[in-house]
Amino acid sequence: MNLLSYYKEPKNRIDRNLVQKIGFTGIRLITVITILPILGIVVFIAIKGMPALSWEFLSAMPRDGMRAGGILPAIVGTLYLMAGTALFSIPLGITAGIYLAEYASDNLWTRLIRIAIISLAGVPSVVYGLFGLGLFVIFFKLGISILSAALTLSIMTLPVIISTSEEALRSVPYKFRVVGISLGGTQWQTIWKVILPQALPGIVTGVILGLERAVGETAPILFTGATFYLPHLPSSPLDATMALPYHIYVISTQIPGMPITIQYGTVLVLLVLVLAMNIIASVIRSRARAKRQW
Amino acid sequence: MNNIKISIRDLHVRYQDGKYPLRGINLDIIANMINVTFGPAGGGKSTLIRVLNRLIDLSDVDEIQGEVLLDGINILDPEIDVIELRRKVGVVFSQPIPLPLTISENISFGLEVAGEKDKKKIARRVEHALRQAVLWDEIYDRLDDPASSLSGGQQQRLCLARVLALEPDVILLDEPTSALDPVSTAKIEEFLEKAKDDYTFLLVPHNQQQAARTADFAAFFLQGKLVEYGIGEQLFFNPKKKETADYIQGRYG
Repeated sequence: MNLLSYYKEPKNRIDRNLVQKIGFTGIRLITVITILPILGIVVFIAIKGMPALSWEFLSAMPRDGMRAGGILPAIVGTLYLMAGTALFSIPLGITAGIYLAEYASDNLWTRLIRIAIISLAGVPSVVYGLFGLGLFVIFFKLGISILSAALTLSIMTLPVIISTSEEALRSVPYKFRVVGISLGGTQWQTIWKVILPQALPGIVTGVILGLERAVGETAPILFTGATFYLPHLPSSPLDATMALPYHIYVISTQIPGMPITIQYGTVLVLLVLVLAMNIIASVIRSRARAKRQW
Repeated sequence: MNNIKISIRDLHVRYQDGKYPLRGINLDIIANMINVTFGPAGGGKSTLIRVLNRLIDLSDVDEIQGEVLLDGINILDPEIDVIELRRKVGVVFSQPIPLPLTISENISFGLEVAGEKDKKKIARRVEHALRQAVLWDEIYDRLDDPASSLSGGQQQRLCLARVLALEPDVILLDEPTSALDPVSTAKIEEFLEKAKDDYTFLLVPHNQQQAARTADFAAFFLQGKLVEYGIGEQLFFNPKKKETADYIQGRYG
């Protein structure tokens, strides 16, 4: 009697393989089904919006009550808002992420901060809009302006940047911190020279995803910075601005006789902007993963 | 008479979770010798190493009692400059842990955080440290490659080199060859033998054979206590305590 004699070839071997095949096919099918609507929307809008796209559409001011001409002020306004949001939310968010990941000890205070961040992430965007109206527009007297809108969007973006930064830092193995300190580095020197560079791709990805959300939002800028129509480009942070998401709302609902191609074209521009940011984020992530040494 | 580099007096360490890895250790670590602490797992050897360069500060320690005098200065004193201590007392861990940087950056890290800005001086120190650790000839043409591209044995010698670059007095080695092949292990042991005129080594060997091969002085640790201490050969071939003899003969551990 040797050990092998206990091993019997299973009778239902083929059946099990078949079951596995059916299972995998099912999973693939379901995955495809989840992708279909997204793909459908993108293709549909691309087909409908393409005819509107031209150099003039991207680079000219609107004419004839926005029924003709371009959408330049909306594009520029959105880029301004994105830049302003980045300016406030990136330094704050990364700093908070570093604090939470590296310095905060697990106590009541830290738990309160975490709860606040999670709650912040769950607040409906229109509430941010009203909050921004109350705090920045009225209380700080910044008026309906790029500045107010960017600050409002920053608050909305912060939780995303904080939690992805924290997560990215935490995913860097603890042993590197021990080594850095054992070689006579301070905690900060070790974070700065070793941990942060490793976490950077993850942080950048979080930043891009956060900004992308800010770029696509309408409600937070509705009361704080967006304007129906502006005959010129904004010239100061205290000017109100047009912005793509709000412009889409305006031309879809507020203007009778609006040519449908312009509507689709505008949506396509916003979609391309957001998708491009998404793709950049994925490229950064996969490149960093390929280079990762741990 | 041998010079005492580190004098440990009635050292107790207790962690917050109730673990009590060191219970009244009295031990002298002799300058310019290979001092070996050996014994079964859980004896407190690694904890001792973590005390000696105060890496133990990173753990949840409940209480440290006693004195550890390095050149007469108590390193457990809260007033001492821990950063300076860690430059003087380097450590090599049981797994090679290269920082996720290039080969030369792994070595220059310690110099840069110490405030060295002169690039030429750093380059010289990097080369010197790599030569000391018998690694230079293998990698001099790819100093800017990621350290993770090295083999395990090379990585561990890199870890040794980055400690050497700081010109420490004492080097602690916590089972430095446990992840290495015999050839790499021999290279590290050769280095210890050659370099002991310039450094004081405290080695936790990864097996008894290594302990017997390398020890000038040996200390047998069992469950947080120092059982026996003496000149290496005497301790291994003629132990005085029954626990030591039983362990060396393989009755437990």
